[in-house]
Amino acid sequence: MSAGPQMGPATAAELPSTLPRPEGELERLEAVWKGPRGWRIVSEVNNTIIGYFYIAAAFLFFLLAGVLGLLIRLQLAAPGNDFLSQETYNQIFTMHGTVMMFLFAVPAVEAVGILLLPQMLGARDLPFPRLGAFAFWAYFVGGSVFFCTLFFGVAPSGGWFMYPPLTGARFSPGVGADWWLLGIGFIEISAIAGAIEIIVGVLRTRAPGMTLARMPIFAWTMLIFAGMIVFAFPAVILATILLELERAFDWPFFIAERGGDPLLWQHLFWFFGHPEVYIIFLPAAGMVSMIVPTMAGTPLVGYRLIVVALIAVGFFSFGLWVHHMFTTGIPARSLGFFSAASMAVAIPSGIQVFAWIATIAAGRLRLTVASLFVIGFLLIFTLGGLTGVMVAMVPFDRQAHDTYFVVAHLHYVLFGGMVFPLFAAIYYWTPAFSTRPLSERLGRWAFGLIFAGFNIAFLPMHLTGLIGMPRRVYTYPAGMGWDGLNLVSTIGAFILATGILVFLIDVISNMRLTGERGAGDIWRAGTLEWLPNHAYATRSIPRVRGREPLWQQPDLAGHVEAGAYYLPGTATGARETIVTSPIEAEPQYVMRLSRPGYAHLCAALFTAAFFLLLTVKAVMLAATCGVLAVASILVWMWNSDPPSAGNVDIGGGIMLPTYASGPISHSWWATIILLLVAAALYLSYLFGYLYLWTVGPEGWPRQTDLPSAVSAWVSLATLGASGALLAGTRFVLGRDVPRPGLVASLLIAGGAALAGALFIDVASHWRSGLRPQSSGYTAMVYANAALQAQMAAAVLVTALFTVARLLAHRLDRNRRAVFDVLMLLWLYTLGQAAFGLLLTHGFPRLVAQT
Amino acid sequence: MTVRGRRLAAILILAALPGWAPQSALSPAGDEAERIALLSWILFVGATAILLIVIAALALAIRGAEPVRRVIGSEGAIRWGGIVFPSVVLTLLLGYGLWLMRETIAAQTTPALRIAVTGEQWWWRVHYQRDGAAPVREANEIRIPVGREIDFALRSNDVIHSFWVPSLGGKLDMIPGRTNTLRLKAERPGIYRGQCAEYCGGPHALMALEIVAVPEAEFQAWLAAADARNEPAEPKVAAGEKLFLSTGCGACHAVRGTQAAGMVGPDLSRVGGRRFLAAATLRNTAENLAGFMTDPQVAKPGALMPPFAIFTSEEMDALTAYLGSLR
Repeated sequence: MSAGPQMGPATAAELPSTLPRPEGELERLEAVWKGPRGWRIVSEVNNTIIGYFYIAAAFLFFLLAGVLGLLIRLQLAAPGNDFLSQETYNQIFTMHGTVMMFLFAVPAVEAVGILLLPQMLGARDLPFPRLGAFAFWAYFVGGSVFFCTLFFGVAPSGGWFMYPPLTGARFSPGVGADWWLLGIGFIEISAIAGAIEIIVGVLRTRAPGMTLARMPIFAWTMLIFAGMIVFAFPAVILATILLELERAFDWPFFIAERGGDPLLWQHLFWFFGHPEVYIIFLPAAGMVSMIVPTMAGTPLVGYRLIVVALIAVGFFSFGLWVHHMFTTGIPARSLGFFSAASMAVAIPSGIQVFAWIATIAAGRLRLTVASLFVIGFLLIFTLGGLTGVMVAMVPFDRQAHDTYFVVAHLHYVLFGGMVFPLFAAIYYWTPAFSTRPLSERLGRWAFGLIFAGFNIAFLPMHLTGLIGMPRRVYTYPAGMGWDGLNLVSTIGAFILATGILVFLIDVISNMRLTGERGAGDIWRAGTLEWLPNHAYATRSIPRVRGREPLWQQPDLAGHVEAGAYYLPGTATGARETIVTSPIEAEPQYVMRLSRPGYAHLCAALFTAAFFLLLTVKAVMLAATCGVLAVASILVWMWNSDPPSAGNVDIGGGIMLPTYASGPISHSWWATIILLLVAAALYLSYLFGYLYLWTVGPEGWPRQTDLPSAVSAWVSLATLGASGALLAGTRFVLGRDVPRPGLVASLLIAGGAALAGALFIDVASHWRSGLRPQSSGYTAMVYANAALQAQMAAAVLVTALFTVARLLAHRLDRNRRAVFDVLMLLWLYTLGQAAFGLLLTHGFPRLVAQT
Repeated sequence: MTVRGRRLAAILILAALPGWAPQSALSPAGDEAERIALLSWILFVGATAILLIVIAALALAIRGAEPVRRVIGSEGAIRWGGIVFPSVVLTLLLGYGLWLMRETIAAQTTPALRIAVTGEQWWWRVHYQRDGAAPVREANEIRIPVGREIDFALRSNDVIHSFWVPSLGGKLDMIPGRTNTLRLKAERPGIYRGQCAEYCGGPHALMALEIVAVPEAEFQAWLAAADARNEPAEPKVAAGEKLFLSTGCGACHAVRGTQAAGMVGPDLSRVGGRRFLAAATLRNTAENLAGFMTDPQVAKPGALMPPFAIFTSEEMDALTAYLGSLR
């Protein structure tokens, strides 16, 4: 469609950009967005390419972990089987769970988000393209090395939830547990990077007019998904930090006889682990909410109810974690609360199920492969939800817990609730990105085999569990009544695998991904990702007037493609997208996006190397890589925050600035979210500190054993001085006369004060004879110091970076986004450090026996 | 629907259960297990009904008559099906569940019998507390009187284990640093198999136990007989005892009335009377016993007992005869 659409003067007047567009505009746009070719594609940052990489990698891990699942099924096919040795089996089931959860499920939905969101929201790219690319490379390299530990027989074998003391140094002396703690902890950091990108992307880069109430449900689910990652992942990151500190330095957080408690791990892990289930499920539900209206040819029934349900799930899911601990001996009264909460979360899921059924009824469902996978999802997920209500009943759970009933339940919920929608999504969205759609014929075979195989494999397990088979057993004796059921499950697993194989054949023979135009809107869908799509996304950015713009604005595709909407070219000669207001989506400024490069790639590789080398205790090499990683990040950041290019016309008489700082800017938003992550991490720590006190207050110090209060006051005053210096810096920076030297000196002095305050505090504990190895309490005191030091280190590095930019004249009173970020980070760190002082000096005095 | 068909088949299989599934939550022999089994059946029937309703609604939504589809396709249907219906059902269920929890947990009376069971990698240490006498130490096979409520005091010395005998009741974890108390009662005599339910590393799969429920009088006699000294009658048995004591077995294992007082491994005072060896892994035969002592890794890879391949076959005969005589 090279010629612009015919239109009368009336419609043309409503369009923001006049047609025809000037010569050369499209060519300039194409040139800016042209990606590197050949092997240089690894330097690309565009969300479409990174999205492809990301999905492919996640799918690779799905296949690998699936093969592990088949090995498990082969071993259990017959009683007393010796196909796998005990240790190999234990490593394999641990890796199956870990890889599926951390290397497949979360990255896969994050990947779909990165691929789809900009197109769906009408943005040219996500706001932090290099961060997205960094998250991908870190995940891919780290995940691959982590998986390969299996081939060397050094994979973790403590189960995917890694309960200490089994995973502590005494009972797991090898490096397997370290691989898990450092490898997975690191991959969680990459997930958080992706989550920050997604939140800012969804809230700030929507097409003009796409108010929150018009936002596609998938974007809603990704927003809630990312928000949940921000609050849930820090809990498990803290847990992994504590367990690694215990393993490496003998700080006894989880060792009962030394004042720790193994249950602390379970609380922290499941405070992450339960939301994790919904983190995986919500985006999948979002995909279903996109597919069903298209296939039924009618808008989603109950849009508002679904949004409320999604938000409710997000909240509820943080109040359920104890239902994984019903058999740990927690008092009945608290169990009642968590049982009620666990059941309540079924209601929002019920709303969604009935909303999808209602939408199907309101329209006419076309039985495409995508629809079949949705129907399969509805049946399997409903059954998984029903067994979920069963295990939410405490008495029933005391029988079913840790048996194959739970194995069946979790596969119904996760495979049914996430993998089926993912397959539906792949069949549904492939035409938007591939020159050919996938085959409807092969797809039906794939669906039939996967659906039948899944049920044959997992339905019998409900029974296997109730007649006594615990999970995580590498063998079982004959005569338990489990033989036949297990054999059936194994056969089902292989039928399921055959279905996956058919799907792979379909992908290989039909999927032809392109950065340019795909097969197009073959389903007659209503949302923006079906607009004609190029490397630069859409030619112009539309104004949206409804939830299904392609249905409500029939000429939209033609006008967008002709460049009749906003920003039809490049206004500043850079890759750009429009930043809009978070609720009403009114244009605020034009954001310039980064180009391909290698700095973020090096940063990812060195970060991965740092964590991986640390695992094998190559400390010097690891430290070198760590320094190189920080250096790469600094190089990467050096060219960010370009100076203003003045105001530009995006069409429709709208002039937008090209620079923003303060609360309107995307960097400010990202920093705030990062600080929420930090706060969630510290709150998890606070929980751990108080929890150990409730478990064993007798191990807490007496008044006389505490360091003197004077040192705490001195430390607090030094923090205050650091804050005053920061305020001074801000004041001087804002003056008319630029004084970069003075600003830099104030920053350095402030940073020194911050470091000094923390040093004074640690020194006072040390001088009073406190050693982290002595007890759970002392370990917690030093863990506080470690967390403060971590924040302070981030502040100091950022401060030095800021000083360098000041001296290089890349930072002044107007071009100041870097300083704003530093200030937020610094203020938070001061607050957290002050709170830490209050906690570690105040709380023991409050509760001390004299 | 295939799903429904398989469910029906499953129910048919269940009818024949107790015979071929010796460790089943669905063949209860204790009051708690019975309450949970009843709850399970209520849940299965209810869940099947709800699943059928959803399937029917979905089928009607896809291919139903226009008026039916108009009803299902409204926001009202979402409110009734997705909010009102689950709220009512779940509230009723929760009430029932809480009532059941009162039944199982808030028992006030102190039972006369308290048995301490400690999880070890990978076996069960069992102590019968007695008034005014040393506790009776046993391992892996727990003898209990029928019809009496028993408190099991559950602890762990190493990692987390979970004590689970499905026919008698739900499981409860054994966590280092804590004592969890599980009250169980066997309604009829019988042998009830149980197994560690919390993954505890290595041969977790081979950490099982048996509860042998016997009439009260028989139980009291068995408990009282703990103090009786087994004097070796046959010369072979006497030779076995000598070997047992001289080759260091006593460093880890205890036999009441001898110098063997090791506390590391299972107490062997009445090992000959047990049905199984190595935490319900091997049938208790002389052959299995000899094989296990020679190389424990064959039958139970990961077991912490070192191999004793030092004995001649006569010596091994004597040893197994001695251990077999300990009843």
